[in-house]
Parts: sequence; structure tokens; C-alpha cells
Amino acid sequence: MSSPKSAYSIPTKKGKLDTHIFVVWVDNESGVLARVVGLFSGRGYNIESLAVAEVDATKNISRITIVTTGTPQVIDQIKLQLKKLVPVHKVADFKREDKNVIFKEMALLKIVAQKKKIDKCLKECKKFNPVILDKTNKSVVVQITALRREIDKMSKKLKPYGLTSTSRTGAIAMTRGAQTFK
Amino acid sequence: MSKLYTGAEIVFKCLEDQEVEYIFGYPGGAVLPIYDELKNHSSIKHILVRHEQGAGHAAEGYARSSGKPGVVLVTSGPGATNVVTALTDAYMDSIPLVCISGQVPTHLIGTDAFQECDTTGITRPCTKHNWLVKDIKELPKVMNEAFKVATTGRPGPVLIDIPKDIQFAKTNYTKFKKEKKLNGKIHNKFSENEINQLIDLISKAKKPVVYTGGGVINSGPQASETLKEFVRLIGFPITSTLQGLGAFPGDDNQFIGMLGMHGTYEANNAMHDCDLLINIGARFDDRITGKIDEFSPKSKKVHIDIDPSSINKIIKVDLAIVGDVNEVIKSAIKKINKKQNGLKDSNKQRISKWWEQIQKWRTKDSLGFINSDKEIKPQHAVKRLYELTKNQDTFITTEVGQHQMWAAQHYKFNKPNRWMTSGGLGTMGYGLPAAVGVQIAHPDKLVIDIAGEASVLMTIQEMSTAVQYNLPIKIFILNNQYMGMVRQWQELLHEKNYSESYSEALPDFVKLAEAYGCKGIKADNPNELDEKIKEMIDYNGPVIFDCHVDPNENCFPMIPSGKPHNQMILGPSDKEENKITGKGKSLV
Repeated sequence: MSSPKSAYSIPTKKGKLDTHIFVVWVDNESGVLARVVGLFSGRGYNIESLAVAEVDATKNISRITIVTTGTPQVIDQIKLQLKKLVPVHKVADFKREDKNVIFKEMALLKIVAQKKKIDKCLKECKKFNPVILDKTNKSVVVQITALRREIDKMSKKLKPYGLTSTSRTGAIAMTRGAQTFK
Repeated sequence: MSKLYTGAEIVFKCLEDQEVEYIFGYPGGAVLPIYDELKNHSSIKHILVRHEQGAGHAAEGYARSSGKPGVVLVTSGPGATNVVTALTDAYMDSIPLVCISGQVPTHLIGTDAFQECDTTGITRPCTKHNWLVKDIKELPKVMNEAFKVATTGRPGPVLIDIPKDIQFAKTNYTKFKKEKKLNGKIHNKFSENEINQLIDLISKAKKPVVYTGGGVINSGPQASETLKEFVRLIGFPITSTLQGLGAFPGDDNQFIGMLGMHGTYEANNAMHDCDLLINIGARFDDRITGKIDEFSPKSKKVHIDIDPSSINKIIKVDLAIVGDVNEVIKSAIKKINKKQNGLKDSNKQRISKWWEQIQKWRTKDSLGFINSDKEIKPQHAVKRLYELTKNQDTFITTEVGQHQMWAAQHYKFNKPNRWMTSGGLGTMGYGLPAAVGVQIAHPDKLVIDIAGEASVLMTIQEMSTAVQYNLPIKIFILNNQYMGMVRQWQELLHEKNYSESYSEALPDFVKLAEAYGCKGIKADNPNELDEKIKEMIDYNGPVIFDCHVDPNENCFPMIPSGKPHNQMILGPSDKEENKITGKGKSLV
């Protein structure tokens, strides 16, 4: 609650928060990420994760994927505000529960331990397409791709087996089936 | 091979293509090549201000009163940071500005060079878009796009940052062609179905109210004409936001006054009790809505706006029509005339009871005040100013505070683009430079800045600009020796602890006027007020009018924040009743 002696209105109750994934196609020019991120920070929206890279080198298009939470009204505003930015071409927005959309995150896990424990780790990772990128007799670096919460779970689980370092990307998304987002 | 032009030449070529007549600016190291080129372009006149903020506000006044974009030219570093307030102001009030700023040469960017700052970084949140031009080949395209972004859709400020080496570099230039296809950021594609729904709501409403805003002004003078026709056709009461004043004649019987925090009793009650609310080009600002949960609880709400992000931002509406105000109302009028010839008469019957209710509210005379024959009451001063200037086409600007609200309440505007005020950002010091810009756009018209003594001191240096260009602006200061609105809040909310709101050591405004080379007039007696106002109007040149008013007057009516529209404080006596209760006080 703000002070009751306010020249402004008193905040009213907040609505239910949903998690949404925004996919934003932008011109890959200098400052464009700052515009998008600045919009979020300036208007008090939340960014849970962010992934960005150029996807079309001839047209200079980058694809930004942002995971955010907000009330339906806020989610709507984010979308409309993003669309107003000059370098933004189109904006797609998916609910995290949307079954028609694939969400993936990647993580690199470094485990420093005895061989026995390392093998146990690799077994645990099996479900998440593990790729061994580096191996010594005392350590291993594994790449896994999974959902955010799955990676959260894995990091927790592997801690006792000697997980020493985790590096992970933001989520990226794509719709299932033959259609593309216009 | 075609002729090569320097960056500075290209800047002017683009300005000429856009038919720019005036630039408001201030030179400095990083824009010298552009200033050097100025002499070769006689169709463009440069107005030298005394501070870059003044340039920005002057350009705003120019833009708001003429409908054309305002152009600002400033140097790097402090030049750019000084203009930030004006850019933010223009962004909040949707005013088209194109600001060109110099920047240190590209090879020095990022080295903390002399007068370097991250101009595009600083101005990113307060412009519609901005550009740092790092390649001379980009410059013509960026210049033209800048004008397009500033003036289309919901207008707003843009900034082009041009490093000094780019101003010297050469490239070829092809004259810009007006594109037919817009860039997809402009929305004017409302459907016939939406218009039908609107007309259906209109024909069923028993207690309707039309609530208009600055969007009508931005849509052009034609939109005000269309609005008049529309409102007369449907016979509804109409209220307006601060920015929308003048879109509908202020002395018309259908106009029920401004709404919101200092709006009239009838307008706010109509907003609260209505069953149909038609918002045309306004944005449900917090000074308008009061308490959101209790805002117009019984009404169906329609929102007509060109900016899709304005819709459902604060208030959920039942029908949203995204489009240019003029276009939307025009097609609504067409539909009504074609389909329902009887609407006019049937409407009048259905809403006659509603009008009776509004008349009852009107009898409260919420803008009334107790006049005095010893002291000049500020409301009385504004009223007299209105009476003595209403017979000519007068342009009013204001600063921010009590005087601004009194001007909005007591000065009646009959035409759009005659009222320039800082509504969204509430920038003290806006009015004087804005008056400079207005007078530039309308050299033969009467331009008055209704000011407060605290606000006007923030940009008083622009009097020098007014004198330099022989701009006969009139600065009408309601001098109460306080930051009046601050004092009012302190009286109501902070137990009359007038912390730092009294202006000690105020200048002698008459002598100040003389120091600047203009006329100073002082009035402190109600009996001499008329005569002195006439003297001000008749003087051919800039005037500072120091009108000493009752320092303790408060601005009423007022909706205390956190309260709905139907719980207004009407005046000093009403305030006592409302104020005594502890709970009421804490809610304000």
C-alpha cells in the first residue's frame, strides 16, 4: 500500500498472473534490443527469460523470445506496446500451457566427480537429449534441452552428484504443424 | 553522376521537402555545420531561443496551434539533455516534434568526448522513435521517415542524432516521394459492424455522455466540425478533458464543462451515473477517472482512439473502435442519417429526463466562487480576461498549477488549436516558450500565457526571444506568491504545513519586463483590473502582466484522489464538512 496521503489513487487489487511467451520479429539494427527491453523495464513489466538472435541474414530480421508474467490486461498491453515500436514487424504471444507450441531451453552442465557419479548423472539426463561436449576422468560437460522447470529440477537433482556450474539459455518457441505465424 | 550533397545540406533539403518554415534551436559545437548551411535556405527561418527546453516547448506550441510538426535543432550533450523535458512533454500529450541533435564525430562516440552523451539512449523512452545516423547514405531516408513517424498515427516526438562528421560527409540525394502505403503502424481500419454497434448503443441509451480528448484536436480542425455535427445530431451532453478543450464550443448548451479532478459537478456526475459513455480520443488518464473501481459503474463504454494500446489500458470497454476520430465519427453520422431518420427526435425524448438531471446538477454552479472587491480573485481575473478577449481569435497557453485549472474552468474555447497546455507531463515553464511558438505560427493573433509566478520563472529567459523577434505575447501572471497547487495539497493533506511552497524573494515583474525590453503592468485592485487588461491587449509588443491575486484561494471543485466522481469537494464550505472526518482525510 502506498501512503494514504497521496495525490494519486490507491492501488487496487491485482488480478491473476499468467505466464506468456512473446515472439517478436524485429529489424536487426543497433539499439533494437534496448528498445524492447527498455519497454519492459520502463513500464514495469517482468522478463523471466530472453533469447535473441538473427534468423534471416538477408532481410536482417532477428527473433526475440521473451517469457513474461502478467495479468491478462498487462499481457495485452505488452503486445500492443511492442507492436508500436518502429523496428518491430510482428508479435506473437502464446500461453505457456499452449499445447500447439513447443518451448525449449538449453543448458550446459559441468559435473566434477568420480566416474561412478558422473555415470549416474548422465543416466539422469537421458530424457533430455544429453550431448557430451567435453569429458575428462574427473569431469564432464553435458548439454541438455528441456523445459525450464525440467532444467530447474535437474540442477537440483544433480547438485549432490557434483554439478558445479550451470549455464542456460532463455526459452525459444515454435508452433507445431505446418502453419507459421503471419 | 549526380551532384553530391553534404549531410548538413541534406538536412535542409529534407526540411524543404517537408515544407518546414521554422526551426527552434540553439547552436553549439556539434551542430555548427548545420548552422553554417542555414544561410543558404531562405525559406526556413531559425528562431534562436535562450535555453533548449524553450526550443522544445516553443516547437510544441507551434505544432499544437498550427497542426504542423515542430522542428527543433540542438547541439550534443547539454543541448540534447536540456530538450528531454520538452520531448517527454510532447510524448505525453501526443504532439508531433522532429528534434535534430548534433553528436560528436563517429570516431569519438563512446570515448566520453567533450559534450558527448548517449542521446539516443537518453531519449529512447521519451520519443516515438529515434535514430543515430552513422552512415551518410542513411540520412535522407531517416529524415523523411522521422517526419512520417512523428505525424502519422498517434503523433509524437522523434529525434535524429547526427554526428558532426556525418554533417560534413557527402552523398547524393533524391527528392522524397510521398508513399501511399503506410508502414503498418497506423490503424484506421474500423469495420462497418463496429459503427453499427455504436449506433445501436446510441439509439438505446437513456443517460448517455460523450467524453472527448486531445485526439479530436490531433485529428485536425475538420474533426472538431464533425464532432459538432455528431453531438448536435444525437443530442447528447458532452464533456471534455483538459487537452480536448476547444474541440466543442465551450459556451454551447450541450457542453457540460471539463471533467476530472477539477472538472464541473455536472460533468463528473454525468460520468458517474451515465449508462453510455462514448470516449472520443481520450485515454482514461488518472486525473480523469478518479478511483478506477468506481469509475462510471453503470455504463456501457465505447472507446474511439487511433492508438490500439490506449484501449483497455486502464478501463475495460465494451466497444473499441480503432481509427482516426474524424473518419469514425463521419461514418457514424453517415449511418445515422441514412438508416435512422427518426433518431434525432426519438433520442431527445428518451434522454430528456437525463437532461433535467444535468440541469439540476448545473444549478450547483460548481465553478462559483466568492468574489471580493478588495482583492483580485484569480478566477475573477481569468473571467475578466475571457470577457475582454472573447471577441477576437485568442490563443491561450498556460503553465502548470492552480492558474492552469482556473484557466481551463473559466476561459471558454470555441475553436480547436486555441488552447495549449501541458496536461500529461505537467511541465511548469511550458507556457511562456509555448506562447513564443504559437505567436510564430500566428503572427497577427492575440497570444496570452496565463501563468503562475512560480512556473513562469522556470523559463522566463524566453522573454528575450520574444523581444528579439518582436513577438507581442502577453504573459498574464496570477501572482499568489505560492506554488499554489502545492500549497493547496499541503493545506488539504499535510495539515497546512506549507513546506517550501512559498516563493520568497520574487522579482519585481514590472522591472523584470523593462529589463527585457518589454512592457510591465501590475494590478492588485479589482477596480482597475479591466482597464489594465485592456492596456495589455492594446499594447503592440510583449507584456508581462503581474496580477496580484488572493494568495489563499483554492481551486474547486475537486475530486480528491482515491474517490469516485460523485464525491467531489465543491468549495471551501463543503471542504470543511468533508474534511473533518478522519477517514475522509486519509483517503484524499
